[in-house]
Amino acid sequence: MLEVRNIDVAYGDVQVIWDVSFRVGQGEIVAMIGANGAGKSTIMRTVSGVLRPGKGQILLAGEPIHTVEPYTLIEKGLAHVPEARRLFPEMSVEENLDMGSLRGRARKERARTKERVFSIFPRLSERRRQASGTLSGGEQQMLAIGRGLMALPRLIMFDEPSLGLAPILVQDIFNVIRTVRDEGMTVLIVEQNVRQTLALCDRAYVLENGRITQEGAGADLLRDPHVKAAYLGV
Amino acid sequence: MWVQAEVFLQTLVAGILLGGLYALIGIGMTLILGVMKIINLTHGQLMMVAMYIAFWLFTLFGIDPYVSLLIAPPLMFAFGMLIQKALVNPVLRVESILPHNQVILTVGIGLVLQNVATILFTSDYRSTPVDYASTAFYLSDLWAGTPVEISLSLPWAVSFLLSVVITVLLWFFLAHTDTGKSIRATAQDKDAALIMGVNVGLMRVITFGLGSALVACAGCLFIPIYYLFPALGSQFTLIAFVITILGGLGSTLGAILGGLILGVFESMTATYVGMGWAPVGRFVIFVAALVFLPGGVASLLKTRKLSK
Ligand SMILES: Nc1ncnc2c1ncn2[C@@H]1O[C@H](COP(=O)(O)OP(=O)(O)OP(=O)(O)O)[C@@H](O)[C@H]1O
Ligand SMILES: [Mg+2]
Repeated sequence: MLEVRNIDVAYGDVQVIWDVSFRVGQGEIVAMIGANGAGKSTIMRTVSGVLRPGKGQILLAGEPIHTVEPYTLIEKGLAHVPEARRLFPEMSVEENLDMGSLRGRARKERARTKERVFSIFPRLSERRRQASGTLSGGEQQMLAIGRGLMALPRLIMFDEPSLGLAPILVQDIFNVIRTVRDEGMTVLIVEQNVRQTLALCDRAYVLENGRITQEGAGADLLRDPHVKAAYLGV
Repeated sequence: MWVQAEVFLQTLVAGILLGGLYALIGIGMTLILGVMKIINLTHGQLMMVAMYIAFWLFTLFGIDPYVSLLIAPPLMFAFGMLIQKALVNPVLRVESILPHNQVILTVGIGLVLQNVATILFTSDYRSTPVDYASTAFYLSDLWAGTPVEISLSLPWAVSFLLSVVITVLLWFFLAHTDTGKSIRATAQDKDAALIMGVNVGLMRVITFGLGSALVACAGCLFIPIYYLFPALGSQFTLIAFVITILGGLGSTLGAILGGLILGVFESMTATYVGMGWAPVGRFVIFVAALVFLPGGVASLLKTRKLSK
């Protein structure tokens, strides 16, 4: 579904991603774990076209996407739930959801998908007209995920979806991600809750200082001594 | 007593009518500020150009300025888009030693427009002598026993009402269409908008066009009741700037209130201080807003909401 080949990414003169390659197969949940500042969000922003790789290629379903206009990616089936939610704070809950479905089939299915998002997150339904900037942190996270789902994507990328949430809500969010995959979406996820994420995902990559250092099945990495020491604190 | 009340009410009415037109000018600048994060210091000059369009259409072809509302704003929409595409966008991309060099660019565009207008049309004062210019309504016509007499000039009333209609149409566009929402989204978080599939570059171009069209509407509404000369542009750029500051930099509702406040304040200054003092009043309110209300009217609206 997604194939990233040997990308370098830099902010101005400062290179932060070095020769990174990974792939996400159709219907998989793939996780990327790494310390703060390792470059996880940078990779996601590069895949979604906000940043451009200095070298390398990014293919979505075999088609290069690192050269196309970034605003066309959502129509090709790529949704990105960015770090720190990035909602439109002065727009209402519903308007934020509308923004997730501007193009293509998602636009036509808007009303139906919206009801579906409201059934997943009933709290949002009660707050349809509330400005998203005034929602609680957890509600904002639900809205960010809902906005991503509105695009009816084939591949959805979550950047720290559980950031700042109570453990019970984290569990809910992980359940949503599982449901989404069971419905046929492919998932790429970055998380600080490493243990839960490795238990959830099919495969995972370990990113250190902008380089991929390890990869493997989630269950295998959970038992890996280096991962245990560095990310699970045992 | 009644005479004083009459003067006050008449001044207030005149101020609100003027304020409605000011609001339209301020909204255009505010939109551009919100999306582009630049103060468009050629805003008044764009209005001046629109007024010349309306003036010549009237003088050469006898087209009523209100009919020009259907001609000048679309032309200025195209002109605004062209400015954004051909001049502002390239400058946004260049890294330069001057901060805010896009703002300086807009000053340059304004100077060029003003000078071209002077060369082509001279600096003579012009106006469109429409035949309803001095038609007016009187309160006593409606209510025979009224203790105070208030008059309402027909063109002022029509211009005000049209500016309200245009503002409502704009509100509908921004609140209820996908393009309108995309413009607001771009203003609030442009990277997030990009991820959602918004063509951010196109939204910038449309916004500059829209802001230009709005100020062109204001120009068409002003020409029947005002006079026109090339340097009028810089005067209105300052007015737009004051309204935008007063409104709280980027809030549409703030710009409407800012326009009304400035209109009433100028009208009061003209009545109670002296005709020529309105520009001084404008400066006073500008400085006062910067010092006492740096967040503009919008900051007051926000605190009201929070405390409720
Ligand atoms: N806009 C930027 N300009 C310059 N440097 C940046 C920018 N954004 C990120 N960086 C740098 O790039 C590196 C990678 O950042 P990134 O946000 O990708 O890390 P991350 O793995 O997502 O970290 P976290 O877990 O804290 O979210 C960091 O060293 C960061 O300081
Ligand atoms: Mg990050």
